Amino acid sequence: MANRAVRLLRSRWIGPIGLFAGLIGPVLIATPYAMNVMTSALIFVMLAVGLNIVVGQCGLLDLGYAAFFAVGAYTSGILATRLHWPLLATIPAVIVVTLVAGIVVGGPTLRLRSDYLAIVTLGFGEIIRITANNLDITGGPEGIYGIPSLSIAGHELSDPVVFYYVVLVIVAAAVLGANRLVRSRLGRAWRYIREDEDAAEAMGVHTYRVKLAAYIAGAIWGGLAGVLFGAQLSAISPASFTFLQSALVLMAVVLGGMGSTPGVVIGALFVTMLPEALRGLADYRYFAFGVLLIVVMVLRPQGLWPARRREPDRTARRSTVEGIR
Amino acid sequence: MSQIIWNGLFVGSFYALVALGYSMVYGIMKLLNFAHGDLYMLGAFIGFGLLVSFSGFTATLSLVALLVVLLLSMVGTGLAGVVIERVAYRPLRGAPRLSLLITAVGASFALEYGMRIVAGPNPEVYPVRLGGSSVHVLGAQIGIAQLVLIVIAIGLMVGLNAMVMRSRQGRAMRAIALDPVAARLMGVDVNRMIAIAFFIGSALAGAAGVMAGAYYGSITFLMGFIIGLKAFTAAVIGGIGNFKGAMLGGVVLGLLESFGTHYLGGQWRDVFAFAFLILFLTVRPTGLLGERVTERV
Repeated sequence: MANRAVRLLRSRWIGPIGLFAGLIGPVLIATPYAMNVMTSALIFVMLAVGLNIVVGQCGLLDLGYAAFFAVGAYTSGILATRLHWPLLATIPAVIVVTLVAGIVVGGPTLRLRSDYLAIVTLGFGEIIRITANNLDITGGPEGIYGIPSLSIAGHELSDPVVFYYVVLVIVAAAVLGANRLVRSRLGRAWRYIREDEDAAEAMGVHTYRVKLAAYIAGAIWGGLAGVLFGAQLSAISPASFTFLQSALVLMAVVLGGMGSTPGVVIGALFVTMLPEALRGLADYRYFAFGVLLIVVMVLRPQGLWPARRREPDRTARRSTVEGIR
Repeated sequence: MSQIIWNGLFVGSFYALVALGYSMVYGIMKLLNFAHGDLYMLGAFIGFGLLVSFSGFTATLSLVALLVVLLLSMVGTGLAGVVIERVAYRPLRGAPRLSLLITAVGASFALEYGMRIVAGPNPEVYPVRLGGSSVHVLGAQIGIAQLVLIVIAIGLMVGLNAMVMRSRQGRAMRAIALDPVAARLMGVDVNRMIAIAFFIGSALAGAAGVMAGAYYGSITFLMGFIIGLKAFTAAVIGGIGNFKGAMLGGVVLGLLESFGTHYLGGQWRDVFAFAFLILFLTVRPTGLLGERVTERV
């Protein structure tokens, strides 16, 4: 079943190959450090896929994406540590809270010119970070610690390798879910808005509602990634949710190829893995990221692994009527 | 009470200066220049570099030396703005707006972390510190240095307004803001005018940076991030693309923050400002003085 679902990814083999690579990863290296890096990379993939819905599919620039990541992490963290809910039980609450946050921010701004959204989301990112820093319930600058790991039916999944596989399954489902959403009627409307909002409106797409749907979907993906983040580190603090984090996710999306799911996954892995490989150049890496953003947009706006614009032949054949061709 | 108002006016004049450049570039190119706040940071650092290397002269004539440094820093940031426009924005003119916004984020990042490589991650202490005597007016303590800085800010704003409203270049800029294609057909050198607008806008931000450095005494490579956001907020409150609006918005935001800080506490100042931005956009997205802005087809 899982295999069949994976096959539905845009390109026939890239999904299974990616999943396979994820599955054999711990077999090749299982040092705690490697597991840590790989788990973080997976969580980052989830963030990038969520942001890709907003930026890549709908063409809305969200510069405060880390805010939703923070909202998710804090909601589950507070419920788990103060009210002692199991982490999985916090997920519905996280979805509700991120959804409300998405409506609060997106509601007023999505009616306006698209570039207002960029800067309002930037402001929202700061609001969330500063609020988390100042409130007592969020633990102030120290944040929340002692967040329990994921547990299923009383079994703690805190072993790094086990936790990695759990995260892998969840992230794979999230990637798949995003991809199904992208290929749905709603996903088509998103791309239509990205390409030409006025034409989309003229064709009867309710642009405001559809944009809000994209924004909320992105928010929920970000919030769920936040839950995993809290579970992995068992502690969260406002310092994890700065603009830098939002910019890095954006970097992954732009570099990989906006709107292309495999591209975005590769981009996310690149952004998380490369700094590990180039530890000595840490001072230069954000500078390099900034320059890279400009260079990619000027020279190769479609990214490293662009989205396929055309319908694949095998489905196109099905939808052509004999004789009209 | 009058102290709160004065503090608000003082901070507001900084916001207004940065917001002007923001608004100017936006008015002409319809581009949100995210790197604008970082040009403010760059100005502060250029001023810092100049003051440190000529520290022998500045010890005695602090205010005059500061003015010279201010001018040189303005030229420096102005040129940096022109380079950014040439490298990051001009190649993408006509591309979807999203790509321009992304290169703007890239430019901002490159400036911030480029400066971090040059100057290091720790805050630097400004060699000239404006403090000194103060006078009491209506119960508010007003520093002489504050007065001087406000006068400089007002002078720059008046100068800019005169330039845009009276000169040939100003007329060309307003023409481009209305319709770039028609302006080009009428013989306006659009690329040159945009470069000039970037120069002036960036120079104003740089001036604000030097003044902030000299007044607050400490600068870091991330100091431009928040001020860029605040300047945008000010520009939106006033009506983006509108010069008088940017100035008004800066002062309004400064006052709002001053009162917000007084009643809610300093740690909520930024939250208050940005929440107000979101609220303002729902109620009156065109700003206090703005006209209806519609997405260009």
